[in-house]
Amino acid sequence: MKRIYLDHAATTPVDPTVVEAMLPFFTEYFGNPSSVYTEGRGVKKSIEAARLQIAKAINADPREIYFTGSGSEADNWAIKGIAMKNQAKGKHIITSNIEHHAVLHTCEYLEKQGFEVTYLPVDEYGLISLDDLRNAIRKDTILVTIMFANNEIGTIEPIKEIGEIVKEKGIIFHTDAVQALGNIPVDVKDLNVDLLSISAHKIYGPKGIGALFIRKGVPIDNLIHGGAQERKKRAGTENTAEIVAFGKAAEMATEQLEENAAHMKKLRDLLIKGVMDKIPQVRLNGHPEKRLPGNVNFCFDYIEGESILLSLDIIGVAGSSGSACTSGSLDPSHVLLAIGLPAGVAHGSLRLTIGKHTTEEDINYVVENLIQIIERLRKMSPINADCPIDDAVFDKADHHH
Amino acid sequence: MEYTDVVMENFTCPKHVGEIEGANGIGQVGSPACGDIMKIFLKINDDGIIEDASFKTFGCGAAVASSSMATDMIIGKSIEEAGKFKNSDVVDALGGLPAEKIHCSVLAAEAIQAAIEDYHNKKAQQ
Repeated sequence: MKRIYLDHAATTPVDPTVVEAMLPFFTEYFGNPSSVYTEGRGVKKSIEAARLQIAKAINADPREIYFTGSGSEADNWAIKGIAMKNQAKGKHIITSNIEHHAVLHTCEYLEKQGFEVTYLPVDEYGLISLDDLRNAIRKDTILVTIMFANNEIGTIEPIKEIGEIVKEKGIIFHTDAVQALGNIPVDVKDLNVDLLSISAHKIYGPKGIGALFIRKGVPIDNLIHGGAQERKKRAGTENTAEIVAFGKAAEMATEQLEENAAHMKKLRDLLIKGVMDKIPQVRLNGHPEKRLPGNVNFCFDYIEGESILLSLDIIGVAGSSGSACTSGSLDPSHVLLAIGLPAGVAHGSLRLTIGKHTTEEDINYVVENLIQIIERLRKMSPINADCPIDDAVFDKADHHH
Repeated sequence: MEYTDVVMENFTCPKHVGEIEGANGIGQVGSPACGDIMKIFLKINDDGIIEDASFKTFGCGAAVASSSMATDMIIGKSIEEAGKFKNSDVVDALGGLPAEKIHCSVLAAEAIQAAIEDYHNKKAQQ
């Protein structure tokens, strides 16, 4: 059966051109870039070429790009590195309550180390309020970290405006742009950001390689200590093949940005319209306009997300959900709860994220089949409009957790 | 996370879905906050035998499969026998469940006990 992959926010297939670019670096150009002989020097040049490709993709200077092992490492480094280096100035950090866990759990870790963290709330669309941010800034605030675009609901935060406010106060500003790169323009000069995290596998590059943009002069401690790689800021022998691949993927993402974004946006809107028109009792999560071109996130009342995912998988469609049952935790997505959804509704979420290879036929197939899947699951559900959750009687409401 | 073929079969083609007309024992357990609610309907005859059973479930694949299997297993049993029904019986019949889904089988066993209790309560009121 033909598979329709609609989970591009989770990861993307590596583009064949990218694979081709990286392969020689496993065998032919295997040298350690730190070595002085020919094998090393040649590889070093390729790494610097990739660094330039990444820099161009976000309008930075190549000397401001530092490779990491993942987007999560970039987030950890940015937050812990700034906190450690600047704690004499203050120990207060501001973030939002819809960040990726790589940011949220890092902030929670720092709280245990004596830092104070303000978690800004978001509105029903997932947007933070600039007034909330202004009010949260204190004399001892050393870092603001707000994601560029949300991985679950696709909402795009007002990063430029946040950057202006933060810059005026002389505070360091980090943004997790892992979901943004390749989908919307990312320009570090225009955005007033000091640090920015990106990852290759969201832009048709391989897994296991990310990067942190650190604006020149920003005081930051190292996270990975050891050798003198990455201008003495990130130890570890360079992951040459993947760095080259990341460079190629970033270059392609930049070249194809407008074309890909327009394609995804068209299909996104087709999917949203199809589902909203043909399926009752459904809501679109996230902002109607300020959202990633490939992101669609619905909540279907009265049914549970994993059941939808399994049903879709059977007919060849890969998607994701914020349901607890798909996360291994007991709670539904923190993002869906943060935009004000009741837990029972959040469990019924479905995220479909479109990619550059998705077609209109794919979308039509999903919409047509989704109608039947939702109908079947609703027929099976003990809750419905006549018997909503609130009125249901529970013998043992907290029986098993 | 891996579901067995039996789980997938019971999810895609569940047995005994819906409400039984004239059910005299109904039990509902779970909570929407946890992401699963199970409602079991029993039709118990004067000899105390479960003539028919059905379910309605809001939940994941394992919750639907557990409901399907559990209702199928208790049909034809006496309420005494069904009273001894344990969640491990469902897990075994499904060929196993992932560790984080065991609670779905617990829910199925609890819903059956709640339905039997409801039957006894109704009878006591008569």
